[in-house]
Amino acid sequence: MKRGGFVESTLIGFTRALSRALMSEEIARRRGLLQSLDPRVRVVGLFALVLAVTLSRRLTVVLALFVVAVTIAVFSRVGIGTLAKRVWLVVLAFTGVIALPAIFITPGTSIATFAGGSLRITAQGLATATLLIARVETAVTFTTLLMLCTPWSHVLKALRSFHVPQEAIAMLAMTHRYVFLLVENASQMFESRQSRTVGRLPGPERRRMTARTAGVLLSKSIDLSSDVYMAMQSRGFRGDIRILSDFDMRVWDYVGLFAFLCAGSIAVWTGR
Amino acid sequence: MHIPDGYLSPSTCATLYVAAIAGWYAALKRLKRLLLSRVVPLISVFAAFAFVIMMFNLPLPGGTTGHAVGVTIAAIVLGPSGAILAISIALAIQALFFGDGGITTLGANCFNMAIVGSLVAYATYRLIAAGASIASKRRVTAAAVAGYLAVNAAALVAGAELGIQPLLFRDAAGTPLYSPYPFGVALPVMMIGHLTFAGLAEAVISAGLVAYLQVADRNLLQGSSGVPVGTEVPLATPVQANSQRRLWMAVALLMLLTPFGILAAGTAWSEWSPSEFARPGSPAQIGTGANVLRGTIPSGMQRLANLWTAPFPGYAPSFVKSAGFGYLLSAMFGVGFLLALSLLAQGYLERRRATRYSR
Repeated sequence: MKRGGFVESTLIGFTRALSRALMSEEIARRRGLLQSLDPRVRVVGLFALVLAVTLSRRLTVVLALFVVAVTIAVFSRVGIGTLAKRVWLVVLAFTGVIALPAIFITPGTSIATFAGGSLRITAQGLATATLLIARVETAVTFTTLLMLCTPWSHVLKALRSFHVPQEAIAMLAMTHRYVFLLVENASQMFESRQSRTVGRLPGPERRRMTARTAGVLLSKSIDLSSDVYMAMQSRGFRGDIRILSDFDMRVWDYVGLFAFLCAGSIAVWTGR
Repeated sequence: MHIPDGYLSPSTCATLYVAAIAGWYAALKRLKRLLLSRVVPLISVFAAFAFVIMMFNLPLPGGTTGHAVGVTIAAIVLGPSGAILAISIALAIQALFFGDGGITTLGANCFNMAIVGSLVAYATYRLIAAGASIASKRRVTAAAVAGYLAVNAAALVAGAELGIQPLLFRDAAGTPLYSPYPFGVALPVMMIGHLTFAGLAEAVISAGLVAYLQVADRNLLQGSSGVPVGTEVPLATPVQANSQRRLWMAVALLMLLTPFGILAAGTAWSEWSPSEFARPGSPAQIGTGANVLRGTIPSGMQRLANLWTAPFPGYAPSFVKSAGFGYLLSAMFGVGFLLALSLLAQGYLERRRATRYSR
């Protein structure tokens, strides 16, 4: 992290979040395997595969599920480069750093020694580190495929059809909508402050500036919630939330659901 | 602190989902007592705010940066129930839409950050800020300590969840199946990062936000302050004007009622004049035992009685014949005199303050 560049880092984070959201919308509109299935099948099927990854105790089974994930990605027209950059390298960097010491400190059968025998790699250490990385990579790939190939509104509709409380769905939908507005607001405030700043601010002033920006954002958020409340009141909202559920299961969707559940069950059975 | 998929076993995930669902249910039930149509947008927009706050790069002492969770300010402004829901929604959006934190571990992450974090933050803030006024500096300190403790408590629970994995879930060869580090490694590693950077980031943003709200929007601090609504009026308001009007009306009424004092028989207890002691059977004789001394006036009283002669002896100037009117006149004179004295003192103090600030 570049010292003193906290405003730039925050702005980059905001831009990245917005570009990811835009990319998801674009990929979700493509014609592909996952996109052709009912959103409920996508949610259930990919969640079943994530669960299968978590339940599998064998590395070979987890790797087989990883191949399944890559195949689904290819047929859903999700770029391998996108997945590699957005998921695989990030997870490898994060989980790799966490898993690396386990190779050396996990007790077990020694398979290699270094530094005059003071440092040794154990078979169990290597196995647990590889299993952890493979499992996290595969699970995150499935989750990312769901997010990239399904518009957020469809995910929420699917959750509603699984009897997730209406209040929770309404809050998820509303939060998602206002996240982008607040990100834009915060981004503008930081840019505005940055354009008026000459030189490098001292540490305490930087902290005060960030807290003030957050404070203004908080006041704006509360005002916004009042506006939303009044808008809801003006439309006659009385606490009863209705969500249109116009999904229609076709034969192809049943075939997809069957395939997902079969793959998940086989993985759990063979990986136990 | 966002635990991704694959670090926790399915049984741990399931247990923590159950715990999180219990927390969500209790929080939602509590909030449903309020107006649901007001709660939904408030929690949603606050969740969006918490989401954005999590993306802020906070400059920390030492030149590094860190990310806050936003759970402390949520607990202070919304209370623990609102904070549990708002932070859970923000975490769900992160997991489901941005892939930060897992789907199977969403229950665990919500339990750690939203439930444990909110409860610790709220309890700490209320404890340290107990009895402090809304504008008190103690509230800023309380928010900082609450933020620091909340994030570290959440990290401690997350560390324990990760640390329990290799103890419970191994294959036949002894290979850990999920997070490979036991308590002895997982807890210190988790805590070092949070005791230094993450806890500090939450403390900085929470204290900064409370200090900002004390100046900009005190109403948002009222809910969790423990100070009853209406006891702290930050600026001159119609309420203040009304209370002053009521005070003047009460003073006027008391002045009008002063002549009622002459209806009482005898002299008020212990307000006797020397002549009272000479009158047989008077309360002065009975009360002090002077009757035993057969009408003797205490020598000290005799000596000091004429030291000061009041301008209005017996609450009536000598030229006023009506005792009732005399009482009223005395009351008006007394109140007027005290008011003049008070205005003079106020004028003097304001002049002194103005001189001090102009230097």
